[in-house]
Amino acid sequence: MHISEGILPLGWATLWFALALPFVAIGCRELKKLSQVDLAMKPLVGLLAAVVFIISCMPIPVPTAGTCSHPCGTAISAVLVGPFVSVLISTVALLIQALVMAHGGLTTLGADIVSMGIVGSFTGYAVFKVLRRFGTSLGVAAFCAGVLTDWATYMTTSLELASGIRGSEPFLPLFTKIMIAFIPTQLPLGLLEGAMTAGMVTLLARKRPDLLVRMRLLPNTSCSPL
Amino acid sequence: MPDRKRRLKILILHMILLPTLIYTVFFFSLAPKPWTGVDEAVVEKVAREHGREARPPLVATDKGDLLLFIFLLAGAVGGFAGGYYWRMLVGEKKTPPQDKKAE
Repeated sequence: MHISEGILPLGWATLWFALALPFVAIGCRELKKLSQVDLAMKPLVGLLAAVVFIISCMPIPVPTAGTCSHPCGTAISAVLVGPFVSVLISTVALLIQALVMAHGGLTTLGADIVSMGIVGSFTGYAVFKVLRRFGTSLGVAAFCAGVLTDWATYMTTSLELASGIRGSEPFLPLFTKIMIAFIPTQLPLGLLEGAMTAGMVTLLARKRPDLLVRMRLLPNTSCSPL
Repeated sequence: MPDRKRRLKILILHMILLPTLIYTVFFFSLAPKPWTGVDEAVVEKVAREHGREARPPLVATDKGDLLLFIFLLAGAVGGFAGGYYWRMLVGEKKTPPQDKKAE
């Protein structure tokens, strides 16, 4: 998912930065608003920043593919603190990874924020909200949010890569080729991401149901959160 | 019956853990797999095919064991921060002992 330094042409890299910046700015404003209303938000955001940072740079061997890859972790943050703050959390994680770990480039940071931060967070949030509206349980909704967040992130990376490097080649065959190349690794890792998201959300629902009520993830009168 | 329930739990745990263990051992022992990162195996490979080479990172930390050290440090700091905030969020608050008050 991390696009290395210099792979995207300057024009495309600038475009992804321009697309990402407003989301990051709204994320900063949202975080300020949230932490003014609720003091418990600060430790929650701190926890999620650490979780996203670790998860999104942790290479996990996938035996079926013989390669390593990582989940994104953005579904957890998007479900718990909303998609805009999740974009901000992803930006911080990606920036540190690009600066000190050579994991993704600085010029391609905008593209990485768009795929993992924006598309990942908004997909996870939307899937979770829609499923909950249809009465799906907290764990199942979080699981589906995690799975689709991972797959949507890698689909966006395919789109960014195909549009940036295709030259005069048609877009669709290259986009499909990249997406198919991701499938053996990301299919099982998406399921793992779903399990991690469901685990984290249900654990918080057991330990701190009040937090989830305040974030409107659980109804106020709920006795059994799961 | 709690004993029966416990036995059922152990059985279910084994039903999940054993196949997972066998699956892992079986696939990991199939030689040789490169375990290359997907960013390198897919992103950089496709980019290279289309004439775009990855440039060395602006801050080069991949010299010798430096990257290993940084990963270890990042894991330790991230793990500490995660644990610290988790404890802040869900840790039980100590209440002052009531019996001393009564004395």
